[in-house]
Order: sequence, then C-alpha cells, then structure tokens
Amino acid sequence: MATVRLRKGFDLHLTGSISDAAIATAPQPQSVAIVPDDFHGIIPRMDKKEGEHVSAGEPLYHDKNYEVIKVVAPVSGTIKEVRRGERRHIDAIIIIPDGGEAVKHDTTRPATDLLLDSGLWAMMRQRPYDVVPVPGVIPRDVFVTAFDSAPLAPDLDLVLGDKRQHIARGVEVLSRLTDGQVHIDVREGQHIDAPGAHINTIVGPHPAGNVGVQIANIAPVNKGETVWTLDIVTLAHIGELFNTGLVSHDTVVAIDGEMVQQPRYVKTVMGADLETLLADQLAGETQQCRIISGNVLTGVKVEPDQWLRAPYRHITVIPENNKPDEFMGWASVNPKRFSIYRTFTSWLRGLNKPVSMDSRIKGGERAIVRTGEYDAMLPMDIYGEFLIKAIISGDIDKMEQLGIYEIAPEDFALAEFADTSKLELQRIVREGLDKLRAEMS
Amino acid sequence: MNKIEPSFRPGGKLAKLESVYDGMETFLFTPNTTSRSGVHIHDGNDLKRTMITVVVALIPALLFGMYNIGYQHYLAIGQHETGWFTMFLFGLLALLPVIVVSYAVGLGIEFISAQIHHKEIQEGFLVTGILIPLIVPINTPLWMTAVATAFAVIFAKEVFGGTGMNIFNVALITRAFLFFSYPSRMSGDEAFVKLDSAFGMGGGTVADTFTGATPLGQVATSVGDPAMTDIVGQPISCMDAFIGCIPGSPGETSMVAILIGAIILLLTGIASWRIMCSVFVGGLGMAALVHALPSATYPASMLDPLTQLCLGGFAFGAVFMATDPVTGARTKVGQYIYGLLIGVFAILIRVYNSGYPEGMMLAILLMNAFAPLIDHCVVSSNIKRRAKRAAYKP
Repeated sequence: MATVRLRKGFDLHLTGSISDAAIATAPQPQSVAIVPDDFHGIIPRMDKKEGEHVSAGEPLYHDKNYEVIKVVAPVSGTIKEVRRGERRHIDAIIIIPDGGEAVKHDTTRPATDLLLDSGLWAMMRQRPYDVVPVPGVIPRDVFVTAFDSAPLAPDLDLVLGDKRQHIARGVEVLSRLTDGQVHIDVREGQHIDAPGAHINTIVGPHPAGNVGVQIANIAPVNKGETVWTLDIVTLAHIGELFNTGLVSHDTVVAIDGEMVQQPRYVKTVMGADLETLLADQLAGETQQCRIISGNVLTGVKVEPDQWLRAPYRHITVIPENNKPDEFMGWASVNPKRFSIYRTFTSWLRGLNKPVSMDSRIKGGERAIVRTGEYDAMLPMDIYGEFLIKAIISGDIDKMEQLGIYEIAPEDFALAEFADTSKLELQRIVREGLDKLRAEMS
Repeated sequence: MNKIEPSFRPGGKLAKLESVYDGMETFLFTPNTTSRSGVHIHDGNDLKRTMITVVVALIPALLFGMYNIGYQHYLAIGQHETGWFTMFLFGLLALLPVIVVSYAVGLGIEFISAQIHHKEIQEGFLVTGILIPLIVPINTPLWMTAVATAFAVIFAKEVFGGTGMNIFNVALITRAFLFFSYPSRMSGDEAFVKLDSAFGMGGGTVADTFTGATPLGQVATSVGDPAMTDIVGQPISCMDAFIGCIPGSPGETSMVAILIGAIILLLTGIASWRIMCSVFVGGLGMAALVHALPSATYPASMLDPLTQLCLGGFAFGAVFMATDPVTGARTKVGQYIYGLLIGVFAILIRVYNSGYPEGMMLAILLMNAFAPLIDHCVVSSNIKRRAKRAAYKP
C-alpha cells in the first residue's frame, strides 16, 4: 500500500455533471458497432462477412500480424455492414442484434488463449506505444487504474456495479501472466478488495487517473520493458470470464455535459448506437451539439448516427460553436472566458466553479513560445516540451532518451488543452509512437 | 470583412495581400474554428493575448519614458518649471515617430515574409515593436532605427523561421546593431537628451552647465570616486534613479514603472519569476562583490550594489528582455542559471570593461547564445537518469 501525491495537473470542472447515481436502463440498441480504430495496433482482417450471423463473443476480425488477437462481437446478431472508407480502411462493423445466446468459453484452457479468444486481450493496452499487447511478450508488471479523473468522467465504482466480486479472480489470472506485480491504483478513499494485488493510492488532480502517469510515478517503463495497462472494469471482466466462462459486454455509460438534458448513468451494451442511447436527451438541435464518445480531452467526436466507442463508458455532449467570430477575443476581460492562466480574468471568479466550454480553439497554431506549460500539466519526470520537439523533428534517439516509451497520447491531453500555441499534441505523440514502433519492428 | 474576403483568396485581385488580410481578420475577430482532432475544448489563452499582456506591462515604462524625455528637455533648456503635461506631450511627440518607424518597418517585413511563406502573420513583433523605441536613445536618427530594425527582424528572426524560432532577442539585436554601427550616436553627451524641438514644440537655448551623459556614462569616464550629476550639474541619488528622472533610454530610467510592469508580468504568469529574480540576485551579488573590492581603475566598482541595479538598463533588461521565453532557458533549473549569469555578466561588463558603460545588452545576448547549452545540460541529466534506471536490474 503506497501513496503517491501529485501536484501537477488540473481538475477541469465543466457544467453538466451527473448529480444522481441511479442507473437507468437504456432501450435495446437498434444496431451495435465495433470501430477498429479503437483498438490501436491491430490491423484488421475480417473473420466474418456482411450478412453472416455472429454470436456475442464470437470473433469479428483478427490482427494481420498476430492472428491470435481477436476482436469479438459484443452482441449476437447479423452483420449488416462492414463500412469501409478510403483505401478500404474499415470504419465500422455494424451488427443488428437479435438477442441470441453468447459464446461460453472453456475456463480450463490456458489463460493467454482464453484472453485472446474472448476478445478481452484486445481491451488491454501495453506501454510502450499504447497499443494492444503483443502476444508472447511477458509484461514486467500489470497496471490497473481504478478511477477516471478526466472532466465529467464516470465513477468507475458505479460502472463496475456487481462485477466488483470478480476483481480478485482477475488479479489472480493476470499475476500468473507477469513476472512482476499487478498494481491497482485507486483514488483517495476508494476501496478495492483484491488480495494479491499491490494497491497504490494516487492523490492529486487530473491526469492522476491516467495509468501512464501512475506507472511513471510508481515504476517507470524503461526501454525494452513492457507493461500491460487496463482499467478496473476490464479487470473485473477478466475475472468474470475465468469464473463463469462468459464475457460481459454490458456497460454503464455516463451521459453528461452541458448539452444533455438530464445527465445520468445508463446501462447499455458496448458499441450501442447513439440514436437509441441519446433519444430525447440532447438539449438543442444536433448541429448545436458536439457529441463526444469519451471525455472532452481524449474522446472522439461522433455523429448522432454513429456508435458508442471504446472504452465504452462515457458520452459527453458540449456546445458546438455556431456563434460568429468573437470581436477582438484576445482583448476580452469577460471572466466567463475560461483560462487557467491569469492573462484572462477567469481566475478572479475561481477556477473550481463549473464552466461552460464549447469546441472553439480560440487562437491560431504557433511555435512553442511559453515555457513550462506542458510540464505543469504532466506529472511525470519528463521534459514534455523537449520530447514534443524531438517527435516533431523525427529524432528517434532523442525520443527514446527523453522517455517516449513511458507516454501515451492521453497523457498529453491536458497539456494540449492548456497549450497557448494550440498544437495538436495528442496527434503528434501518436505519430511519434507509430513511427518508433514501425522503426523498431 | 466577409464581403471583401474573396478578393484576398488565391485568384482574387488582392491575393498578394492574403496574409495581411488574415492577420487583420484574426486581429479583429478571434476565429470560431473548432477543434478537429485531439482535445475538444481549449484554454482561452493564445499567443495574441500573451503578447498583448506584455505590451500592457510595458505601458507604465512607456508613459514615464515620454514624461522623462520632456522633463530632461525642459531641464536642459532651463525651463524646469514647465507643467508635467507639457513635458509629457513633448515626450509623446518625440517618441511617437520612433514607435511608428519601429512598427512600420518590423510589421512590414513580417507581413511580406508571411506572404512569401503563405503563413499566418505571427504576433511576435507586437512586443518587439514597442521594446525598440524604449531601448534606443531618443536622439537616434529615424533612418538608423529603421535600418537596425530591418536588420534585426530579417537576420535575427525571419532567417531562423519567425516568431518562436529566434535565438537572440530581436529588440536587443536592434540595439546592438545601432551600438556597434553608430557608436558615436549611441553614447556620450548627445544621445539621451532631446535638445531640439519636437514638431515645433519645445526647443530653446541649452544651459551652459549642460552635460547629457547618463549616470553610468559619467561613472565610466570619471576618475576616482564617481559623483553622478543630472544634466544641469545637480548631484543625483539612488532615489532619483529609482523614480527615473535621469537621462537614459526612454524605457529604462524608472525603476518604479519597470516594477509595475514586473508585477503585471509575474501576476499573469507570463514572465518566468525564476529568471527575473535570479537576474537581480546575480546582479546584486556581483555588485556587492565588486563593491567589496573597489578600485580607482574601475570607477564603477565604487557604486554601492543597490545603486548599480537602479542605474542603466539593468532592471529593464531583467524584467522585459531576459524573460523572453523564446531566447531564454526553458527548463526550470536552466532558468536559474541563465538569470544568475545574466546578472553577473551585466555588472562584470559594466564595471571591468571601460569600453562599455552598460553591460546588460551584451550580457543578455551572450546568455541568449548559451541558453540552449544550459538547457541541453539540464535535459541531459534527465536523460542520464533515465538511462541509469534502464540499466539497473534488481
């Protein structure tokens, strides 16, 4: 039991938080989809064709390089469409659910095989590169984050629900697959009962809940090492699989944000369609809403006719900007124009009051001018600015030396929010990781 | 704006002015562009706001500089009872042409460069353009200021890639260019006090006792214990230097005005307090050291440390020049070292090099050159720590 105190970072309070912990049940989704882009590192090769029937838990596709990695259907039904974009890139695999039976796995099989076949393997990630773990590599440690500290993020204790009973089994399974330990990182006051796991308490503002930040402050990833990362919900699902032979694809989703009429938790299925999920929920025309699957920092923008995306637990709806250009916005003295910096007056109002923010960038992209902005938002022993510069210039040696193996795009999300120069840091980090991965393989 | 937009887009009649149009448009209207990738919300702060805040912080020094130009002028012509507003007006008229020239030349080059590279006009020159009039002696001919500004913007900034990429502080390069190209106009009796009229205002017979040298100029040429006088021969104290009614470059004389600027910069968090404080600590330490070892060969060593800091461009450089994030050290540890060395070198040059009465400009430019090296060393320690950790296997 260790306690890590973080001082860097920032807790951003947005309007539209959930006040009621009750969980409603969403209507049965009309369609369910898996988006291969959510499983970074996998190059999909389809196992099923359009029009075929799949059972819940049956593989939809496997990875081109490691054929054992499989992504499974979250519901039973008929594959309506394999939607392709440019250069035959698979955008989404759409299933019309029919309520059929789920696949039951044989729990006596080796743990790795069971994880791979059940699709739960694809729900984990590894450092370095923030991709689905490469089979055959034994991780140094396994890190499980038990809380989400992002703006308006769901309480993972609620998302867990009665699955919490399976956590101990999950820890037991993963302990056998690593040389080191299974770390579970909890926030202050959170209790996770998991014998065999190393429990760390993380105190501090966002990004304290990012598993990368937790690793960096407990046992940083070095070159040549691999660490698996997952959240507590996936850990419980792994436990459940080994206890019962079934994989649960049900999930509890927090639907919140300023443009949601009544922010609340809803129980549905992974990849459920938003038309059903958000029916009569939006506070305004769809053009005035930006629907984000995930949180405002790391989530993806989705259209109302699309689906819930991984990690399948959060939808935020914020105002999409339809206002005219702001006259001399840089000269504003309006305390409602939110900035964490004191160049604007919002700090006089208090930065902890919930604020309303829309999707505007509020400035042009520039070279990095101000110092220390990234470092203040990144509680790791890493010089963020120098690392970003190394990535932009494609200097692989420098990237390695400056610690790119320890980071994921999400770790730079808060810095991207705070960046005066408005650089797309998450995209830069992702490109750097992909480049390094291609170079190393 | 939207009506005239099409003529500025490629193919339009005024397509050559596209960057200028964009610059003007984003200046007047913060665009409502929304994020496409990455985070969906952004902080309200941008570079325009950052730069404007620095300009705001410079305003006290600017206003006082104008007043002081008038004050020195009327003192020199023996009319020191003139009202403060007349003095201010005189200074305004004297300084305005310099500001106009600085912005016209600098922004002109930025506009052209942005158009050539088809990039958005960047805000860097907003600050540089106001810094130049504040650090160039008031009697510098406008054409010299124009040439120096053009040189600095082209060779110290645009060739390196524009705002955020330069190695040396652009305003200081302007000053250094003037200093080394036209040394006779940059120091001595005739540089710092405007004696002729400004747009027909002021002017008159200069008093016989007039000497226009700055206190530091007097110190450098004095023999034995330096006695500083104002331009009509009255002795001046540390307090006079603190308030700022002494000859000097327009922005640098008043500690009070500079301190107000410093407070704005520190409160808004734009300038690094690490750099600012360590420059003063370094300067004070070095000044105390030279004061402890006074020497008649180097008369400036006899000044007491506090007076050292109040005189010349030390405070102005520490607050507005050394803290330039682009040319300074970027790591926290590096910023302490960088600031400390600027303070030390400024006093070192001022005291022990009789060729230069003031060392701040050279100290900052020198440390600008070394800032990347300092950062490299600091970052290397992080790299070594990581490498060591990787090598250690329990």
